[in-house]
Parts: sequence; structure tokens; C-alpha cells
Amino acid sequence: MNQPIKGGRGVNALPFVAPSVVILFVWMIVPLVMTLWFSFQRYNLLSPELSGFVGLSNYSFLLTDPSLWIAMANTLLLVGGVLAITVVGGTLLAVLFDQDFFGSKVARLLAIAPFFVMPTVSALIWKNLLMHPVNGVSAAIARALGLQPVDWFGQWPLFSVTIIVAWQWLPFALLILLTALQSLDHEQKEAARMDGAGPLAIFWYIVLPHMGRAIKVVVMIETIFFLSIFAEIYTTTGGGPGLASTNLTYLIYLRALLEFDVGTASAGGVIAIVLANIVAAFLVRSIARNLDA
Amino acid sequence: MRTTIAATLLAGIATFGTGIAAAETLTIATVNNADMVVMQKLSPKFKEKTGIDLNWVILEENVLRQRVTTDIATKGGQFDVVTIGAYETPIWGKQNWLAALDDLGDSYDYKDVFEPVRNMLTVNGKLYAAPFYAESSFTYYRKDLFDKAGLTMPEQPTYTDIKKFAAALHKPADNQYGICLRGKPGWGENMAYVGTLVNTFGGRWFDMEWKPQLTSPEWKEAVTFYVDMLKNYGPPGATSNGHNENRALFSSGNCAMWVDATAAAGHIYNPAESKVADKTAFAKAPIAKVENGAGWGWAWALGVPNSSKKAAAAKQFIAWATSKDYITLVGETQGWVSAPPGTRKSTYENPEYKKAAPFADTVLKAILAADPTRPTAQPVPYAGIQFVAIPEFQGIGAQVGQSIAAALSGQTTVDQALQTAQSAVERTMKQAGYIK
Amino acid sequence: MRLKLDRHAALSVTGWLAAGLLFFPIAWMLLTSVKTEIEAVATTPSLIFTPTLENYVAVQERADYLKFALNSVVVSFGSTLLALALAVPAAYGMAFFPTKRTRGTLLWMLSTKMMPPVGALVPVTLVFRDLGLIDTLAGLVVVYALINLPIVVWMLYTFFREIPREILEAGRMDGATPLDELRFLLLPLALPGMASTGLLAVILTWNEAFWSLNLTAAHAGPLTAFIASFSAPEGLFWAKLSAASTMAVAPILVFGWLSQRQLVRGLTFGAVK
Repeated sequence: MNQPIKGGRGVNALPFVAPSVVILFVWMIVPLVMTLWFSFQRYNLLSPELSGFVGLSNYSFLLTDPSLWIAMANTLLLVGGVLAITVVGGTLLAVLFDQDFFGSKVARLLAIAPFFVMPTVSALIWKNLLMHPVNGVSAAIARALGLQPVDWFGQWPLFSVTIIVAWQWLPFALLILLTALQSLDHEQKEAARMDGAGPLAIFWYIVLPHMGRAIKVVVMIETIFFLSIFAEIYTTTGGGPGLASTNLTYLIYLRALLEFDVGTASAGGVIAIVLANIVAAFLVRSIARNLDA
Repeated sequence: MRTTIAATLLAGIATFGTGIAAAETLTIATVNNADMVVMQKLSPKFKEKTGIDLNWVILEENVLRQRVTTDIATKGGQFDVVTIGAYETPIWGKQNWLAALDDLGDSYDYKDVFEPVRNMLTVNGKLYAAPFYAESSFTYYRKDLFDKAGLTMPEQPTYTDIKKFAAALHKPADNQYGICLRGKPGWGENMAYVGTLVNTFGGRWFDMEWKPQLTSPEWKEAVTFYVDMLKNYGPPGATSNGHNENRALFSSGNCAMWVDATAAAGHIYNPAESKVADKTAFAKAPIAKVENGAGWGWAWALGVPNSSKKAAAAKQFIAWATSKDYITLVGETQGWVSAPPGTRKSTYENPEYKKAAPFADTVLKAILAADPTRPTAQPVPYAGIQFVAIPEFQGIGAQVGQSIAAALSGQTTVDQALQTAQSAVERTMKQAGYIK
Repeated sequence: MRLKLDRHAALSVTGWLAAGLLFFPIAWMLLTSVKTEIEAVATTPSLIFTPTLENYVAVQERADYLKFALNSVVVSFGSTLLALALAVPAAYGMAFFPTKRTRGTLLWMLSTKMMPPVGALVPVTLVFRDLGLIDTLAGLVVVYALINLPIVVWMLYTFFREIPREILEAGRMDGATPLDELRFLLLPLALPGMASTGLLAVILTWNEAFWSLNLTAAHAGPLTAFIASFSAPEGLFWAKLSAASTMAVAPILVFGWLSQRQLVRGLTFGAVK
């Protein structure tokens, strides 16, 4: 009467999985089909009288755009840069906050606060209050030290955006990595110490391998969000100067949505989905395999 | 319960008073500029008069434009009154998305509205949006700094003058910069200014066949001049300064000169908002080679989407918010210096406004001179001084703006920037079918 | 002993320095929000000044903060509950009765999150217009539930996989149906995981600005729409912007702080084994 549970064979999981899969499928497929349809049309919201099938011209318009490659490179640099900062910084912070020190609980609360701040708000704070080359805090500090204030968004546009995004996501990495760290068996560390291992060796051979999986989780979740960064760029540099801080999402916005060219915007969306799936495939190979191991 | 009674009572009074069906609610979409914030603050007076309730959607300019355009183009019908500019009005009017506003009543006094401003908002002889405030551009300068340095600003400065003054007054060590100009990429930001500069250097966006002209000698000369002056005598970080950032810089006393919208004058002259209220003076927009299009023309206006089901009440609101009486109301409650500028003759004839706003005459001349039908010395197939009134211009302006910001930040040369811009614009114009 | 004390002191200093640096932008925002506009743009920032609440008053005069905040609360929590209701059975099915397609389904769900919203704005707007969902709280609840669903399913899936199967087998022996299992055995065990998943979804929804701006008008706008009316107004606006930002961030910050233990407890993503 009762099936053996091993492997779950024999029990029909469909009724459980079906609702969200179906709903998500509809949510995906309706806009996707519409997007695909529009991507082959000439459809500009502002000139509705010009419409009709245009074949692949929306795609070729975007794919032959010399800016496309720059935008892709920027996307990768931005994702990679923020990932590097948050993973390395998050690991170090996690080790730090794993210790007990004076007021460590309160300090930890302060450290995780940036994660709760809206992207628009954090971009506005950084742009106007901190990085502003005349009235900003950084400029005041530079002047106090007798230095030339840095024109962040003019000279280091992509790096500045990277800093802002990294600031928002460092606490996220910290939280996950800290949780992982706290589950580490302290006896193991003690044992290693007894054997004469220094703190660096313990970190390298015991702590880091233990955190490997958590780091992969951080990378995966963050990548999903970083591929479509928009608000931070929109609020601070407007993608410039030149194309210096234009990522793929922003390029689609500039080339299509800004002039309400729905046809081209849709083609851009389709291209982005294809790219996202390539990235996803990479993630699957390198990371997700561990997840259902 | 009590509120219901009060509401009914109020509605009853309103109906009695005006003879118009009450208890309607209008949704008004507007931009978060200071003058619109005042409008929202004073709007209870409109409700008192008419019994019409108002819902406000206030957003920053770009978000508002995107939201409202999507809504109107997809016939979403969310808004009864929309705030649009001189750029959108002719395009939308042509699409028949807006209700014509030629029936705002006898007391509206259309003739009182400046003709160039009306022209900006008129398509095929019909007014599609009523001007709320209008502006041109001109030169702000610091009288105190000029006096101290023994310099005199002529009534009509040339760009050669401006560069000379900027060089003399540029003292970065004291956080005092020779000139502040827009550098933030965007069709309504750096390109609004650069557009006027190109005009006065004799250039144009397109020739009569819609071929982009960005690599013409006029563009090169104008952009080289702009980059050179702003790099040498401008504030650091000019590439992220738009109108607001520059206004903040000027009003906190960091700029000796500033060429920008006349509408900011009321705020620069308001001591609550500015450190330099008593130290600022004004001159016309500088010219280089030709006079055409040296100062821009812009109006923020209120329109009624055809998708609104409450057009009658919406028109009533517009008639109120753009009337002489409204301007007087602002003058009396907020101080005359804050009265919405640039729309009506009667404002500029009002002695109280003239007294409170010493810049009034200069502004008036600039607005009357800004003729959108003759933006440049050469013939053009488009209307608009600092913009080109075609749907593609937002995207074109953004791309060219980015290229010019790249040249300003030193990432590329001016020639490279204009080359990139030219080919980007060509691509867009081909995609849109203007050129083969 | 001496050495230990020194180490403790050094640790405390480093820890507080790190925390201080991370918190500094928020602290500066708070500080700026109680300055006057003129003080806020001073090129040499003043640390000593008379605090004023005038910016908060000015902000409240312009926009009804409570209405926006309430919309944010309804949308964040509503969409999270809806997402959890849809995700729990799905994650359960995937975790305990996996098939060949499970992994594919899961990854496909995640990849839907990578599409840039700018590409889908017009299609979604058209669908919403036809369903009459524009500018309704219900519409936003549905959108955000769907946007967060992939992450929620995935997180729950990893939690469920952590639960020892022996427990379920014991339950099965006692004649429990899959539904009973879910209700009486799994949910209690997975509660910490669900709590932190839900908290994460609430935070993400609270802070999302693209859809909340483009699908609302006068009624359903949450705090992101509130901020959009202060983000680049004319003239001197930094103090008012800081005040508005503080008001928009404060509720979720306090909520996040209060619930951080729950958040942390579940944020393991099955990654700690």
C-alpha cells in the first residue's frame, strides 16, 4: 500500500509543483510571446501609424550597434567587479564578525544596514552627499588633506557604480557567509590549532573550504540581480560619460525605450534573455551542480 | 459619517455655486519642479471653488515622461491632466492624443499669453496644452565678483567675452569656478545647452533631407569651444551636472557665471533658497556668430489626454492653474518673485512683479526672441530650438549627449565624439525611415 | 592575559571601524536630513549645527507619507505571502519527489529573473491594462509575487532538502498522506527557512522601483514612488531628499534589524552542511 519513499518514485508530485510552474509559465510566456511578436514589428508608441512586419531589422539594428560590445563588456566588468568585492569583502567581514568583541552585536547591525536601503536612495546618497566633487564628503576630505577632489563619475564612472552596488550587497554576502561560518565545527579549528596550525593556515585549509558552498550561493544569487542593474546607473551617470558605464540593460533603455521604440526594445529583451540563459548555463555547470548534490 | 455629511455639504455648495456636477476626482500627473509643488499646495483653493477632488502623481521629469507616454500611447486612461513640455505637445497633438484647449472660456484671455509660447504648444492652429510656465535661457553672473575684478558684463555678451570673464574669475582653490554649464548627458540636459551653442555657431541638427550634420565644421567649432571652456574654467565633475546640480552650485556661491534656464531666476533671487540672492545679475544668452537660437525656448504646459473621461473638469482645472488669477494667487501667497514666469503679458505689466523680480525685462526679451520656427541661420526641416520635435529625438539626444560628455571628461577627442555621434544618429534615422 | 586584552581591543577597533564605514552613508543621510538646505551643501560640512525638523515637515506637506508607506507594507507582505503559498508545494514536490526534469525546471525558473524589465515594460503594461490591474494594490501584489517566486521556490527547495528523510519515512509508516506530511512534519521543521525566505522577499519587494513606478498612478504607489517625487527636484534639495530618503528607508531598516536573527538563521541556502 505504501510506496517506499526512497527517490520518491511512485508518488505523484505534479499537484504540488504544478500551480507555481503553471503560473510562472504564464507570467513568462505571455510577455515573452508578445515580446517576440513585437520584436519583428515596427512599433513605436509615438508613431503608431507606421507599423507592420519588419523581419529581423530590429535585431540587426541592435546587433550591428558598435556600442553593443562595449555594453556587454561593461556588464561583465560590473558583475565581476561587484562579485569580487562582495565575496572577498564579505568573507573578511564574516570572519571579523564571527568573533566576539566589544559591542559586536550592535556593530553587526550597523554593518548589515545598507542591504535594506532602496537602490535609488543609495545611488542618490552616494552621488549627492558622498561622491560629489564640490559639496560631497569625499571632496571635503580630499581638500582637508590638501589633495585634488576626485571627480568620481567623470573619471571613474564604472568603478563608482561598482562601489555603490557593492556597498548595497556587501551586507548580503556578509550575512550568508557569517551564517555558514557559525556552523563551522569549532572543535575542528581547535584541533588544528593544537597541531600547530597558524591562523592563516586555519583560514585557508579549514574555514575557506567550509565556506565554499555558501560563496557559490552568494555568487549565484547576486549574479541574477547584477545582470539587470539599472537604477544605480540611471541615477548617477546616465550611462556615461560616453558609454563608460552603459550596461546591456541601460543600452536597451537608451536605444529603444527612451524613444518608445517597442519593436527594438523587444528585440533587446529577447537578446538579453538569450544571453541570460548562456550565463545561466555557465552557472549551472559551475555552481548549481553542488546544490542538489 | 461626519465626513460624508461634510463632503455632501461641500459638494452641494459647489454645485450651487458653479452649476457643475460635483464629487468628481481628477488625477493630475506633474513634474516635481518647484512651481508645480506650489500648484499642488494651492490646489485646495480650486477644490473650494469647484468641489472637484484632486489626486496628485508627482514624479521626477524622466520618470514622469516615461510613465505618462506609456499611459497615453497604450490608452491606459490613468491621468486626466498631464504635465508635458514644448517637445511632446506638437508630437502628441499630431497623434490626436490630446484634447484641443481652445474652449477654456472667455475669461481665459488667450491674447494675454505670449505668442511665441502659444506657438510652441500649437499644432495645425489648435492649442493642445496650456502653458504653466515658460522659459528661455540667459546668462547669470555674480555682480560682486565682476565688480571686484573690475569687469563689466555687456547687455549682449559674446562667447569670446564669456571665455575671457571665465578665465579671469576661475579660482578653483576657493571653490569658485569661472563658469558652470550643463554637462550631464541627456537630451534635456547637456544637449539643451549644446544645441543653442551649435545654433549660434551657425550649425544645425539636420539638413533639409534629414541628413545628420554632426560632423560639420559648425558643430566641431561649437563643441570644441564648449569642452575647452568647461574643462579649463568649469567646476570638477561637470559631466554629472545637469540643471539642478548647477543651480545648487550657483546658489551656494560656487560659480561666477551660469548660462541656463530663465525660470531659475526666481529661485536664485529667493534668499531662502540661495546664498547669492543679492549678488546676482543677468545678461542675454551669449552669442557667437549668428543670433538665431542662442537662447532656447521651453514651456511646461498642462494638457488633457483624449483617453480621460473627465475632460470637462480637467479643462476647468487647467483654466484655473494657468489663469491670471492663479498667477496673482501665487504672487500674493508665495511672494511675487515666485510667480510662474514667462506665460502672460499681464504678469510682466504688473508693477508688483516688476519690483520683486528685477530680472523680468531680460527674461521677457529672451522669451520673445526664442522663435521655434527659425531656430538656426540655415533652413531646417524641424521645429524646436534646443530640440528637434520628432519622436526619435529623445534617443538621439541621449546618445549624442553621451558622446559629448565623453569628450568633456577627456575619454575621447571632440572629433571622435562627433564621429561616434554622427554614426549613431545616422543609424537611428535609418531605422526610423527618415533616410535610406 | 595582556596579549589577549590587546587582541580583544584591536578586534573591537577593527570591527567598529568596518561597521562604521559601512554605516557611514546612512548616518550622513540622517545628519543631512536635519540640516537646513544651505548647511547641507556647505563645501566644508559642518558637524555642529542646530538640528531642524523643517525638512520632514516640508516633505510631509507635499506627499502623504502614510499612504505610500501603507501601500509598501501591503504590497511587500501581500506578495510575499502569495509567493510562499505558491512556492511551498512546488518546493516540497521538487525536494522530495524529484524527477529528471526537476533541476531543469528550477533553473528555468531562475533564468526568468534575468530578463531586463525594460524589454518587457510595454507587453506587461498592455496585459495589465486589459485586466484592469494598473494602479491597483492587487496588481502589484501579483507582479511581485511572480517576480520573487523563482528565488522563493529555490530557497525553500534547499531548505526542504536539508530535512532528514527518515522523519518523513517514519511519518509515512504511520500512514500520513503527502499533504499531512507537508502540514504536520515539514512545515514546522522548515519554518525558520520559510521565515528567512519571506523576509528576504519582503525586503526585495520593498526596494524594487521599476515596476512599482510604471504600474501605478495616484492610488497604489508605494514608497519608491514617494522617493521619485523628491529625487531630482530643482534647486537646493539635498536636505529634503535626505529627509524623504530617511522616511522611505526607516521602516524596512527597523524591520530588518528586528528580524535579522530570523533572517540569518534561514539564510543558509543549504550551504552549511
